[in-house]
Amino acid sequence: MKPPAFDYVVADSLDMAAAALAEAGDEAKIIAGGQSLVPMLNFRLLRPSVLVDINRITRLAFIEEAGETIRIGALTRHFQLETSALVARHLPVLSCAMTHVAHLAIRNRGTIGGSLSHADPAAELPMLALLLDATLDVVSAAVTRSIAARDFFVEAMTVDLGADEIVTEITLPKLPQHTGWGFEEVARRHGDFALAAAAATLTVSDGAITQARIALTGVGPTPLRASEAEALLVGEALGTGLTARVIAAVRGAIEPETDLHASSDYRRHLAGVLAGRAVSAAWRRANEGGA
Amino acid sequence: MSRTREIAVTVNGSVHCAAVEPRLLLADFLRHGLGLTGTHVGCEHGVCGACTVLLDGDSARSCLMFAVQADGRSVETVESLGRIGQMNALQESFHAHHALQCGFCTPGMLMTATDLLRKYPLATDAEIRAGLSGNLCRCTGYEHIVKAIRAVVADRAGDAK
Repeated sequence: MKPPAFDYVVADSLDMAAAALAEAGDEAKIIAGGQSLVPMLNFRLLRPSVLVDINRITRLAFIEEAGETIRIGALTRHFQLETSALVARHLPVLSCAMTHVAHLAIRNRGTIGGSLSHADPAAELPMLALLLDATLDVVSAAVTRSIAARDFFVEAMTVDLGADEIVTEITLPKLPQHTGWGFEEVARRHGDFALAAAAATLTVSDGAITQARIALTGVGPTPLRASEAEALLVGEALGTGLTARVIAAVRGAIEPETDLHASSDYRRHLAGVLAGRAVSAAWRRANEGGA
Repeated sequence: MSRTREIAVTVNGSVHCAAVEPRLLLADFLRHGLGLTGTHVGCEHGVCGACTVLLDGDSARSCLMFAVQADGRSVETVESLGRIGQMNALQESFHAHHALQCGFCTPGMLMTATDLLRKYPLATDAEIRAGLSGNLCRCTGYEHIVKAIRAVVADRAGDAK
């Protein structure tokens, strides 16, 4: 349970980090919070030759308002997201989700860029990035690019990110007016990875839903949007019959794995229940005035 | 073996300089390098919470950090809280409420509770339990640990009045 030997580079700037990654080829890993990476090193599931530490690039840690979006630096710690007044005001579903992310000691260290790049199939932040139509900014020594969250998550723990690339920033559109939200999760103990979780936002105008977003995690190799269920909601008012059809559509869209913690059938059932609750909560909040 | 690095870490108020391999975990540096064996090492992958310390005042798992990452920073371990005969209020409360049996988890519980007490109102037992969810105890059933923290919260509220 001790990590293998590696060389260690402290990057004081993004340029220095990008250069170190470019030099190391496929052999390097970035270390930010290290809350997922260090366990993998301790188990020797990973044996990078170089760790590039980006913790001192403090300009990557920020939460800012920019027009109709909230910009979040990749090095922003989970605890900062959890307690940010800007996030609470414009993205309350994200504030709520953060209280389910691990434990305080881990939230003090873990970063949004790290969580998205690691892409655990049962993590909350990848689901929220997908729900909220996030855009990720990525740099390497050679190029700078932006990628939508819906294109970023490729497979379990696999994202569209080269070995030489660093996520620098995440941009999230603020919730529109008259938008309600819901977040529901079941885990074996508080702070553990989800057995299943669902989050939803509903934008309502004149008593009808104009935009519906439902995202799920823990039920497949990547987080996913329940697009068929979303389509059922648009143009409608939420009632018992519609909620039941949304739940059925969510269950029909997923093929969860069976593992030590839960069977595939249980996870499918649970995802439906949680999506139904999340949508109902979103509808209630939207009609109370919403975010 | 990768080359060692010179680090200077403030631990419990004193600066310690050492040459460390990059892969040396902070927990092992504290225990083997500095002889501060109050920090316990349980799972070594961030699940049990026994190795929790404060890094620049914020709780962190010392098994999920390298000593080299603490260069220039301040670490507080359970030894900073008090000594026998001079325990702090949280330690006294653990003692008074029988919040430990074997004591293995206690350093992590104390350091976690120290951070929780600073950051959250802990208005309900549910909030205390959620806050302790990252620290495993196999003896107490947590009941007495929750009571001990509850008592500190109550004392603090009394002092504020």
